[in-house]
Amino acid sequence: MNTTDLYHDSRVVRSLVDQIHKASRGLPRSITIMEVCGTHTHAIARAGLRHLMPEEIRLISGPGCPVCVTPVSFLDRALVLGRRPSTRLATFGDLYRVPSSSLSLETAHAEGIQVDIVYSPRDCMKLARENPDELIIFLAVGFETTAPTIAALLVEADQSNLSNLMILPGNKIMPPPLRTLSEDPDLQVDGFLLPGHVSVVIGAAAYAFLPDEYEKFSAIVGFTPADILRGVLEIVKQVKDETPCVRNLYERVVSDGGNRNALALMDRVFHPCDAEWRGLGVIPGSGLTLREPFAHRNAERIDVDMPPAREPAGCRCGDILKGTLDPPGCPLFGKECHPDNPVGACMVSSEGSCSAWYRHEKRSL
Amino acid sequence: MCLAVPMKLIERADTEGVVELNGVQRTVSLMLLPDARVGNYLLIHAGYALSEIDETEARETLALLGELAACAEEA
Amino acid sequence: MKPERLIQLAHGAGGRAMQSLIRDLFLNHFQNPHLEPLSDAAVLSPISGGRPALTTDGFVVDPPIFPGGDLGHLSICGTVNDLAVAGARPREITWALILEEGCPIDLVERCVISAAKAAREAGVSIVAGDTKVVPRGRGDRIFIVSAGLGIVPEGRDTGDHRLSTGDLLILSGPPGDHAAAIMAARHGLAPGSLVSDCAPVNGLVEALFEDKVDVHTMHDPTRGGLTAVLNEMAFRSGLALRIHESDVSINPAASTVFELLGLDFLSMASEGRILLALPSSHAERAIRCLRSHPLGRDASVIGEVLGPHQDRAPVTIKNAYGVERVLDLLSGSDLPRIC
Repeated sequence: MNTTDLYHDSRVVRSLVDQIHKASRGLPRSITIMEVCGTHTHAIARAGLRHLMPEEIRLISGPGCPVCVTPVSFLDRALVLGRRPSTRLATFGDLYRVPSSSLSLETAHAEGIQVDIVYSPRDCMKLARENPDELIIFLAVGFETTAPTIAALLVEADQSNLSNLMILPGNKIMPPPLRTLSEDPDLQVDGFLLPGHVSVVIGAAAYAFLPDEYEKFSAIVGFTPADILRGVLEIVKQVKDETPCVRNLYERVVSDGGNRNALALMDRVFHPCDAEWRGLGVIPGSGLTLREPFAHRNAERIDVDMPPAREPAGCRCGDILKGTLDPPGCPLFGKECHPDNPVGACMVSSEGSCSAWYRHEKRSL
Repeated sequence: MCLAVPMKLIERADTEGVVELNGVQRTVSLMLLPDARVGNYLLIHAGYALSEIDETEARETLALLGELAACAEEA
Repeated sequence: MKPERLIQLAHGAGGRAMQSLIRDLFLNHFQNPHLEPLSDAAVLSPISGGRPALTTDGFVVDPPIFPGGDLGHLSICGTVNDLAVAGARPREITWALILEEGCPIDLVERCVISAAKAAREAGVSIVAGDTKVVPRGRGDRIFIVSAGLGIVPEGRDTGDHRLSTGDLLILSGPPGDHAAAIMAARHGLAPGSLVSDCAPVNGLVEALFEDKVDVHTMHDPTRGGLTAVLNEMAFRSGLALRIHESDVSINPAASTVFELLGLDFLSMASEGRILLALPSSHAERAIRCLRSHPLGRDASVIGEVLGPHQDRAPVTIKNAYGVERVLDLLSGSDLPRIC
């Protein structure tokens, strides 16, 4: 039997769940643990881990879905750009069905805007070469796991003298929203399950402010059921011992300093800027935009007439993302808003809290 | 964020590598991991290698999980 | 070097070019007496012994050549399988091509040869066909539409109307290999030993009936995968279905392709598998029968049919951790994701 199956093994899961239950009995009060990574949201829902938790532990989803937190205005601008002659949009599949103020990229494609789904930013190089008379605009979203790959793409594009490739910058970085969340008095979060793959890039040391300045408990974890449960157990222990720290439980790929090459490449191409997060407002220094030497790759500089952005009426995505509301608490959930007819991005994105909840969790009809 | 899969680096040329898992192979960029060593497992995200999998840490974690599995069986 | 032969508009115009295409490609490879006369319709022998069953399907998959198969092979298997899971013995197939001007003739020939091979494997005849050519840019190389005629033998009655509480669900083999092969080809993943599971399943189905297995209903989990067929069955019968995740095994290579692209295997298509429901007392016999057939070596019981679902979710999946969750129909296509 393949030993990596141990990460999904039911005996391992049972053992960890038992330990979590035992450890939770000694808790002074109920605690709330937030994950801030769409892939964690998905993994937890897929394995049904929430159903295995004791009553004392509440697992909630924060703004970890880069597509969900992308403001409507980003997609509006993408569509306006896509309507220009000889222009093709390239996007990750994740963004394809997210609604803008009007259409999604999917419905826009049916109406004639050229949209190509790419699996890797590198696919954009091929697109640009195969369509030399068209401008390819890649919709750059994602956190620090993906940002370095987009930086690498632009460096490679420059090296290859590829002139018909640009990006619409929409990448965001993770530590600033953690700070914003930790400072919010409405938020009752005791600890964080930190995103394993973002951490591969930025390093464990990047989260030191969580215990040092906010006395938050946290663990960096991978994405298998065993990884996630180890993280929950660790946070419970930290709460009981009153020892807030950042415990790295994904040491097989996460180091203290992160991936220095990736960070250097990111720094060469991008610099932090203020960015709007859907539901959280503007968070200073939380976005990435292109540095001057890469200005020629920045599709934001193309002058277009922008219609006013419209957030869908009644949509509670913002509260979902802050963790102050569970999907069933939104009045639109499962009624006007469901995967076939999403109102907000939280339902459309395969990573969105609402989509994951709808697809994997039990719901009463 | 983010989907990433551990795959073994089976060959490399400059900043390009070929990785493999269960017979499935893919070309990836090593621009973010220029020191990647052939024969090691790499974490692959969106066509790029992000990190090497630390064998020692991986073994230790597996050993820990093995103990947990054994624990559950005794119960 | 010889220039590549390409499909011209003339090939669909009814004149000499089309006649030589038909002779050189179709008649040459689909050798059967019904086709030779090239008449307007194939007049068949009188039908006896059961009820005729008719089905049709369009085949547009991209890329048309994938690990383990091609559009030609798929276009015969898909139609044969639709008949087979309806309980019919497939007999005659019609085969219509819509070719894009500029499509390499080699690709067309390859599909013709594969279709002929699949027809021989399945024991069916291609008795009628058609060729149309659309201008460059108005198609995508090659589209195929096929229809199939079969006979449901007297006394045989399968379908979702026969689903009963207490029935067991059996899957004839690992799901998703076909989708994995297609996705690998589309996204530049070298597949290793992974090949599409595309195959005619009528032999497998007849083996079950020969063994007197009381099959209640059968489906082939194509587009939408297990999730789609289970939801269809639940919708038509009003009964709830539950499957057990640890009883559904998937090929490691297919699993890797899905992991890399962020796809869920439960909604991935197979083109050579059957899902059947039958009384629990027949399950053992059915498994033995399936496993003795090359296409059913990995057959296993994967779930059960419960009572009327009413307010419950119609289809659920229980995982290895004891958690039961809802298995919903996908909205739209499942797209590759990176987050």
